[in-house]
Amino acid sequence: MSRWLPFPLLSAGLLTMWLLLNQTVAVGHILLGAALALCIAWGTRAVQPSKTRLRRLGAIIRLFFVVLGDIIRSNAAVTWIILRPGQRRGTSSFVDIPLELRNPYGLAVLACIITSTPGTLWAGFDSATGVVTVHILDLIDENAWFDIIKGRYERLLLEIFE
Amino acid sequence: MTFAAELPAWAALLTAALVLLGAGLAFTGSLGLLRFSSFYERVHAPTLATTLGAGCVLIASMIFFSVLQTRPVVHEILIAIFLALTTPVTLMLLVRAALFRDRVEGRTYDEAKTRALPTVKNAPGPGRLAPIQAEPNELPPTRHPDNGDEHDYR
Repeated sequence: MSRWLPFPLLSAGLLTMWLLLNQTVAVGHILLGAALALCIAWGTRAVQPSKTRLRRLGAIIRLFFVVLGDIIRSNAAVTWIILRPGQRRGTSSFVDIPLELRNPYGLAVLACIITSTPGTLWAGFDSATGVVTVHILDLIDENAWFDIIKGRYERLLLEIFE
Repeated sequence: MTFAAELPAWAALLTAALVLLGAGLAFTGSLGLLRFSSFYERVHAPTLATTLGAGCVLIASMIFFSVLQTRPVVHEILIAIFLALTTPVTLMLLVRAALFRDRVEGRTYDEAKTRALPTVKNAPGPGRLAPIQAEPNELPPTRHPDNGDEHDYR
C-alpha cells in the first residue's frame, strides 16, 4: 500500500483533476490519469513531505461553508470601503493573535483562508511563540477578529488536523 | 455568438447577471488598488477579483455551457481551486517582501502607510476619489528576529 500508493489523497486528487480537465470518465482516461497520479505521487516522495492525517469530514465541510460565507460577507464589506464616498481615514492595522495550531498543513490552510478573504492578510507567523500577525483593513474591534480567527477557523482546523 | 441565441431566457439572464457582478467586483478591486494609500492596504483590493469576482464569472460560465451543451460542464472548478491556491501564496510573498524592506530601511508602519507610489500620488488622478488616509500605527516586526529561524513558516 504505502510502497505503491505513498500519498493516496494526493493521487486521488490528481486523478480527479485529470478527469475534470478532460471532461470524461472514459476507461482510457481513467487508466491514464491513474498512471499519472501514481507516478507523480511516487515522485513526490523525493521531496519528503511530512505526513498528516485528515480527520472529521464533517468539520472539513463545515469549514468550507464557513469560509465561503465569510468570503462573501467580506467581499461586500471591502466593496463598501472602496466605494464609499469622501475621504476616509483608514483604520488598517496589524494584529497579533496567539494560536494553538502547530500542524504545518493546518497553518498553511489558515494562511490561505486569511489571505484570500478580502480585508485580512497573513503577514507572518512566529513558530517559536505561535503568534500570527494579521493585517486587517478595517480594524474596529480587535476582539472580534480574535473570535473569528480563533473561535471559527482555528477550532475547526484543530479538529481536522490534530 | 449566434449560438448564444439558443440559450433560454432564464439562463441568459442568470449568466448576464453573474458576469456583470463578477466584472463589477473585479473593477472595484482595481479601483481599490488605486484608492488605497499604502502597500499593505492595496494588497487587500485584488482579492475581491480573485474570490467572489472570479467565482461569479466561473459559475456564469458553468451555467452558460451546461445549458448550451445540455450536459454538466464543471471543469471551471479547477480554475477556482488553482486561484484559491496560488493567489494567497503570491500575496503573502509580496507582504513578506514589503515588511522586510520596510524593516531593513528602518521605516515605521506610520511612514509605510502614508508612502504612496509617486505616480499615483502626483497624478491628477481619479477626480473626487482621493486616497484614503491612514492613521499612525506600529510596524509589527520587533518580535521577528532577522537572524534566520529555520522553522519559519512566515
